[in-house]
Amino acid sequence: MTTTHHAEASPPESPESPETLQEHFDATIARDQRIEPRDWMPDGYRKTLVRQIAQHAHSEIIGMQPEGEWISRAPSLRRKAILFAKVQDEAGHGLYLYSAAETLGADRADLTDRLIEGRQKYSSIFNYPTLSFADVGVIGWFVDGAAICNQVPLCRSSYGPYARAMVRICKEESFHQRQGYELLMTMMRGTDAQREMVQDAVDRWWWPSLMMFGPPDDASPNSAQSMAWKIKRHSNDELRQRFVDMTVPQADKLGVTLPDPELKWNAERGRHDFGTPDWDELMRVIKGDGPCNDQRMERRRSAHEEGAWVREAATAHAAKRARKEPAA
Amino acid sequence: MSNESWPLYEVFVRGKRGLNHVHVGSLHAADDAMALTHARDLYTRRNEGVSIWVVRSEHIAASTRDEKDPFFAPSADKVYRHPTFYDIPDDVPHI
Ligand SMILES: [Fe+2]
Ligand SMILES: [Fe+2]
Repeated sequence: MTTTHHAEASPPESPESPETLQEHFDATIARDQRIEPRDWMPDGYRKTLVRQIAQHAHSEIIGMQPEGEWISRAPSLRRKAILFAKVQDEAGHGLYLYSAAETLGADRADLTDRLIEGRQKYSSIFNYPTLSFADVGVIGWFVDGAAICNQVPLCRSSYGPYARAMVRICKEESFHQRQGYELLMTMMRGTDAQREMVQDAVDRWWWPSLMMFGPPDDASPNSAQSMAWKIKRHSNDELRQRFVDMTVPQADKLGVTLPDPELKWNAERGRHDFGTPDWDELMRVIKGDGPCNDQRMERRRSAHEEGAWVREAATAHAAKRARKEPAA
Repeated sequence: MSNESWPLYEVFVRGKRGLNHVHVGSLHAADDAMALTHARDLYTRRNEGVSIWVVRSEHIAASTRDEKDPFFAPSADKVYRHPTFYDIPDDVPHI
């Protein structure tokens, strides 16, 4: 796996004892300082990060597809340009994250293979179909909104390159969420049929969006270690709760109903109570049995394979130029 | 599956005139020219830069591990390099 020459990866051999190294690592985490690529780190920390960052990167890349399908069918040039920019940002997010993973010694081509061969996962949310243009708005509002809830605390993640990638990503997510909400406000001011499209999209995306935060805390065995390492700052359930509290007043303003009869304000807790997502459905979708899993993977695979000649041509061109003008 | 990958480049961006170039991340490209255009598309989509440097990652020489490293020790015991080392009476102006 360690085939790159990343400037920051591959720490040199250290003369220090494993105990000293571990102590230094623990002290850095305890002081709330960042771990940087060439620092010594426990194997488990490195593996956990590579897995999490890679899955995050894959999610951004696969996440281009559901909305990308609407670029050619956007209702106006303005919406088309916005959607283009948004989908391009998601590609950028994937690349920032792959770059962060490479500082840990991961190899980019290997990560791509792991995605394409189904050996690494991506977020379950992107396995649902985008049936109408209102879905584009609801994805911006819910999915990017949930991503913001998840990602803002990750800006303080203990691994430096991951945290820095998150800062960059969070700045861009705000545009994503706002363009979605604005799109929905426009549709809500339109015809009855348009308002129905919005409500229908809300009904379909609400529960899958809540599932984005992962299984409930008592069924999320690795969370505690990630929180001890300060990779993660809040539990799945806490982040889910924040998302609900943030979204309810936005739904009121928009004039849509969130499809949960148990959803209500709890004055005692100062937070909303809400129903339980269908965790069996989440497991099914993660295992590959969602409505669009096959389609998403097939699309990613064919894009990679159909792009092979471009990569080969660029490599050949670079080699030819290098022969013509040898380095000074 | 073709697994031959383009080399890795580190990217440095000058945010605006008057500032240093700052490391922003990395990317893969077949050659320097492609690395520059990719860096523009990836790291400056919102006017984040007025100038970009790219350099092959393998060409960067780096100091060893962390800041506690003895490599930086020579600078730690030279307090006289700092202006606060010198006692100047309060009534001496502009110093
Ligand atoms: Fe994103
Ligand atoms: Fe986004």
